[in-house]
Amino acid sequence: MYTLSSKLKLTAIIFVIVGAIGLVIGFLQAPSDLDDVREMMAAEEHHADPAESTMVEADFAKAEHGMLLDDEPGRNVEEKEDQAAEAGSHDTEHLEHKLHQLQNKPWAAVYVAAFFFFMISLGVLAFYAVQYAAQAGWSPVLFRVMEAITAYLVPGGIILFVLLVLSGMHMNHLFIWMDPEVVENDAIIRNKSSYLNLPFFLIRAAIYLGGWFIFRHFLVRNSRRLDEASDNYYFKKNFKLAAGFLVFFIVSESMMSWDWIMSLDPHWFSTLFGWYVFASLFVSGITVIALISIYLKSRGYLPFVNDSHIHDLAKFMFGMSIFWTYLWFSQFMLIWYSNIPEEVVYFISRIENYSLPFFGMVGLNFIFPLLMLMNSDYKRVNWFVVLTGIVILVGHYVNVFVMIMPSTVGESWFIGLPEISAVLLFAGLFIFVVFNALTKAPLLAKRNPFIKESEHFHY
Amino acid sequence: MASKVIHAIYNDDDVLLLAVKQVREARYHIGEIYTPFPVHGLDKAMGLAPTRLAITSFLYGVVGFVVSIWMMNFMMIEDWPQDIGGKPSFSFLQNMPAFVPIMFELTVFFAAHLMVITFYMRSKLWPFKTAENPDVRTTDDKFLMEVDAANLNVDDLSDFLYKTGASEIKIIDNK
Repeated sequence: MYTLSSKLKLTAIIFVIVGAIGLVIGFLQAPSDLDDVREMMAAEEHHADPAESTMVEADFAKAEHGMLLDDEPGRNVEEKEDQAAEAGSHDTEHLEHKLHQLQNKPWAAVYVAAFFFFMISLGVLAFYAVQYAAQAGWSPVLFRVMEAITAYLVPGGIILFVLLVLSGMHMNHLFIWMDPEVVENDAIIRNKSSYLNLPFFLIRAAIYLGGWFIFRHFLVRNSRRLDEASDNYYFKKNFKLAAGFLVFFIVSESMMSWDWIMSLDPHWFSTLFGWYVFASLFVSGITVIALISIYLKSRGYLPFVNDSHIHDLAKFMFGMSIFWTYLWFSQFMLIWYSNIPEEVVYFISRIENYSLPFFGMVGLNFIFPLLMLMNSDYKRVNWFVVLTGIVILVGHYVNVFVMIMPSTVGESWFIGLPEISAVLLFAGLFIFVVFNALTKAPLLAKRNPFIKESEHFHY
Repeated sequence: MASKVIHAIYNDDDVLLLAVKQVREARYHIGEIYTPFPVHGLDKAMGLAPTRLAITSFLYGVVGFVVSIWMMNFMMIEDWPQDIGGKPSFSFLQNMPAFVPIMFELTVFFAAHLMVITFYMRSKLWPFKTAENPDVRTTDDKFLMEVDAANLNVDDLSDFLYKTGASEIKIIDNK
């Protein structure tokens, strides 16, 4: 049996407290009206050169515009007055836009972090179900670790649902289609409103989450009962349950990704978005299994897990990283090549304002794991796997960031207090829930019919 | 060189693997093993040096990657720029996404084909080569272990091999 060390517990609690305090400050710092934004922008202009250069460019464009009209002096005066009025209204419009983005920022930071840690436990649940459905012989020694990680599914899912409800109550403007005024003036969203409307949206979210909770509950319960059983009844039951879950999961996961992420850009659509999110959550989940297994092994808790098990997990990390890149590029290339305005806006906003994270994550999620884990022997070196795993997790956090931020805070992004605090808060919660769940059952699923094979597994 | 060898034939790959371990523990020298299919873990059991084929494969992949970049740059940017779908044809970097599938395919092509050719060369295989296989049954369902018998008591060795589970033993004197 695993006992939660007080050190780890303390770390988790400190993470939660520091994260919570940081988030409160982040919410308080968000501007509440236009004057705040004006002040913030004025403060920014003092020490931001790139902003100045764009201003100069804009002035130049205006000057050019003026020159073209110089041949008609009379009209030009009128024009200038018009322009001044227009500039004034344009200015407040811009400020309002900025205000909304900055008000969204702490909410979006919470949403990104909440989704990131939730998707890890969802990915692990999918991986766990795959092991049962495939009747895998290598992995049963890792089952208890996987079960513990999926324990975060319930609190994480409830937090996400609360966040979605709060968005629906107009506490924030993450989902612009929830704003009736926007929908009224937008024919594209109006045509989608039979699907994208608040009650149906929340019902769907409840169905996905409820389904995952129920499947998770029974899979884990049967696995615990199998320990005490005298035959393989619960194993067979879990086999069927896992197969059923995978069918439900791949449909609900796909729809979840449309609802919770793609609908942030309600005009845009991509047919492989569900797979893209799936690849991200799967690889993050497998990476966390590897990291926690290595941690527990280093504390002497998993004597039956050998280097071959880590090797296999590292193979999955390697393969799924490539799979993620394949989808990332497939989505990008088709849209880049066809260059259809309503599709390409997605990448234009990302490349123009998020160039570093958007291209940087390919380095973190593809090139780094590719080179680090290509050699067969390196997959057995635990610190190599840990180092690569941390980089993969950072990369997939950035991936979620780049999926959510451009459509919620636009160009006003930076990784500041709310982002870091939100990650700390949910990391602390995740660590606490997962390691607490580890104490609830023996670390070896001793009655699993494949446990002998798994213990003797070697490459 | 040593001319006298013993051919021990086994019926099962698990028996063969155990036999290999026993033979090596008894300090006999295994010349070669012929199997109808790759036996997992046989190279480790025989104590063969780890293969370096993977390293060559990586290097070939790198070559393929570089060749594809050079090739696409020469064809599509330098030699004959074409306007395809309005994509910028004067800069490699801006046109690069369209070339990624080609880069990928040529990397795989070079890695796979050159690795297979390297494997053939290292295994001394080429077209029309006469088979070295001493017993045609090893292409069907039998496993053959060739053990050096020069300067050894042949009777002791064959007794030992029978005990390891060999189904058939032949002494080959190559003069």
